Amino acid sequence: MISEKSKQTIDKWIAKYPKGQQQSAVMEALKLSQIDNGGYLDKKCIEAVADYLDMSVISVAEVATFYENYNHKPVAKYTVRFCHNISCMLNGADNLIDYLEAKINAEKLGELVQVKKVECLGACVGAPMCQINDDYFENLNEQKINEIISGLK
Amino acid sequence: MNEVCFKTIDQDNPHTLATYKKNGGYQIWREILAGKWTPEKIIDELKTSGLRGRGGAGFPTGLKWSFMPRNQAGQKFVVCNSDEGEPGTCKDRDILRFNPHAVIEGMAIGGFVMGATVGYNYIRGEFKEPFYRFEAALAQAYELGLLGKNIHGSGMSFDLYSHLGAGAYICGEETALLESIEGKKGQPRFKPPFPANVGLFGKPTTINNTESFASVPSILSHGGQWFADLGVKNSGGVKLFSVTGHVQKPANFEVPMGIPFKDLLKMAGGVRSGRTLKAVIPGGSSTPVLTAEVAMNMTMDYDSIEHAGSMLGAGSVIVMDDSTCMVKALTRLAHFYYDESCGQCTPCREGTGWLYRILKRIIDGNGKAADIDLLLSVQDKIIGNTICALGDAAAMPVESFLRHFRDEFDHYIKHGKSIIEVKNSGENIK
Repeated sequence: MISEKSKQTIDKWIAKYPKGQQQSAVMEALKLSQIDNGGYLDKKCIEAVADYLDMSVISVAEVATFYENYNHKPVAKYTVRFCHNISCMLNGADNLIDYLEAKINAEKLGELVQVKKVECLGACVGAPMCQINDDYFENLNEQKINEIISGLK
Repeated sequence: MNEVCFKTIDQDNPHTLATYKKNGGYQIWREILAGKWTPEKIIDELKTSGLRGRGGAGFPTGLKWSFMPRNQAGQKFVVCNSDEGEPGTCKDRDILRFNPHAVIEGMAIGGFVMGATVGYNYIRGEFKEPFYRFEAALAQAYELGLLGKNIHGSGMSFDLYSHLGAGAYICGEETALLESIEGKKGQPRFKPPFPANVGLFGKPTTINNTESFASVPSILSHGGQWFADLGVKNSGGVKLFSVTGHVQKPANFEVPMGIPFKDLLKMAGGVRSGRTLKAVIPGGSSTPVLTAEVAMNMTMDYDSIEHAGSMLGAGSVIVMDDSTCMVKALTRLAHFYYDESCGQCTPCREGTGWLYRILKRIIDGNGKAADIDLLLSVQDKIIGNTICALGDAAAMPVESFLRHFRDEFDHYIKHGKSIIEVKNSGENIK
């Protein structure tokens, strides 16, 4: 599914590329369709994007499954994408991820917040860090995590 | 410090057009529009400057620009690679956030030199704040009439757009990046043909890193020789170094090439208190690790780091103190490449999985004595046998970790636990 509003945004992206290269807008079209569908892509989303951009369904499905930012099953309202690679690891990311997961379990926040360990998010000077939906949170510690999570409720 | 890409960073509203202009921004672009520069003159200045590709490969930028068939008829493209994502690397994000106009001006200059009237800046999908900063800067540049068709009646046109990624490290490889802009899976292309001949949408294309483009306006306004003199032989100019890991004050520093590593470490506040330096990865997670002793005697330039046994890469300096278990550190790096391999070439797709699984079983206490040789054998079979450099990038750290810290691996396999973590917890060591 793609909303009318999303179609207008997709059209703006299509206009960035040479005539006939509307396929270049597929990554944004999928992101918008994912939002319209409540946070994840299903077969109907992929078919709708294929139809709108005049692509084959398999070409869209390839993109949807190759890139990490697309979800293929329902997600919580907030996804915490916690970096666990080298600079964050050296600064205690593993313990913080355990802490965050325990907190979510203890406070029964599983439907509101989900945690995903991810590879480098390119903010290593702010390690340990995570991304919650669109926003970056850096120089994390337990206290900061408490504050951030209580802000999400 | 902070003379080129970070020129505006300590000023109020560093990312705005007003601040950029106050610092001489768009002066060169205006001179170009007024007919005061030729492409040849710009290429000469860049060659003199010694600017080398800041994304990690270190290829001379002036030479790269000279490869474009600028007079060939038809559409050509310039592309900026802001798909930053190698562990330890976080400098382009700050250029986009704090000095986006330098990227725009650098790309416009590139368009003029290479006869391209369209440019794309590929920004990694997670970089929402940098993306909005860049978009806002683009809008300002268009408003001022510095971009678009027949700019200021000069007969020259340059349209610039941003393209957002969707989460794939491999798209930082230039041909994978082109595939991605074309709306496909980001899998690298065979070279040749090189992008300068067959690039984006099959047209001649030049791809440079964000920092490379952002360096160009300052180089041209002060002269190539000025830039070259800031640095050292074979490593002209200043460079952004991201100093992360076990340091007191992790940060990005724009400093002259050739600065001693120990000075850079001092700028980052040194290692954490009560700890000593153990190892340094000087150029991002794919460059070989160095011991403290070697690192403390090297300077931060291409030749010195190569002489020390590693690479300058993207200037991503990962510092590890004596509390670091090198087996666990390497396992985490191996996980990165296992996760990010695009799956196109068998040696990388399968090999990165082998490397990760062997290391994982070692840290789980199930390692075997033969695993060290197996790791070396697998990494050797990846190197040089893949289409792009990700395979080499995955393999190179393995050999260097084993060479410098072999005893830690042997101990982990023999005893099923980390000698370093035993030391950290204050247990007696047999």
